[in-house]
Amino acid sequence: MSGENLQLFSVIGFFVLMMSLAGLYCLVVTRSLIRAIIGLELLIKAVTLLIIAVGYVTGRTGLTQSLVITVIVIEVVVMAMAGGLTLRIYKHNGSLDVRLLKRLKG
Amino acid sequence: MAFVITLLVLMTAAALWTVMGRSLLKATIGLAVVSAFITILMFKLDSPLAAVFELSVCAGLITVIFVSTISLTRPLTHQDIIRLSKDRKKRYWLLPVIMALAGAALYLVRVSPDLPAYTSFPMKNVRDILWGLRQLDLFGQIIIIIAGAIGVVILFEERIKDEW
Repeated sequence: MSGENLQLFSVIGFFVLMMSLAGLYCLVVTRSLIRAIIGLELLIKAVTLLIIAVGYVTGRTGLTQSLVITVIVIEVVVMAMAGGLTLRIYKHNGSLDVRLLKRLKG
Repeated sequence: MAFVITLLVLMTAAALWTVMGRSLLKATIGLAVVSAFITILMFKLDSPLAAVFELSVCAGLITVIFVSTISLTRPLTHQDIIRLSKDRKKRYWLLPVIMALAGAALYLVRVSPDLPAYTSFPMKNVRDILWGLRQLDLFGQIIIIIAGAIGVVILFEERIKDEW
């Protein structure tokens, strides 16, 4: 890896870690179910950017792009399911507070 | 390099705004802005196909999913908003501090990643890889999409409501 690429990767890696931290914090601290999904989405976005950066610095952009497309497809399905589940839970509890999920049995 | 760093700073700021903002709708818009910045970064990093996917699917479709979900739930009352905003400040003020500390620690430690460069076997053509090397994965993706569609249909089925 050339010096310039290494520097670029380090910079991107730094910001990816910052964004992951924000997503993780949101996931841990929040009490709203929708905001928890937003935190998860931020984490996925950070991973996506990291994969693209790795592809760029190793010269394998084709392979990483195909991986990212897979990640995005799975991300959409997960978000659609999470949205549907959120609405179900809202109808059941009348609130999006994650603490109320303790009421669920089974 | 300066342009990439500017984009990365803006992206992190948008992510921070998304997490710390009070309104869920604004958080969703912040998420779309993060996606838009990632798209520009992907173009800069020689990955146009992934960038197009990111923009159309993540900034478009997922934002629509979030906005629909938010619009189908009850908005908070004024009293709830005041109560929750006080509570939120207590829980979220630590995030910028943690990010600043982690950033300073990373800057001081200076981890130098050493990724192997596969220059002898460049895999640049996405079409060849998707339809050649990862053909089986595509069927997996199709099955995942169908499974997701069936899952959403089941979730929205009204008959199940009484059984829950």
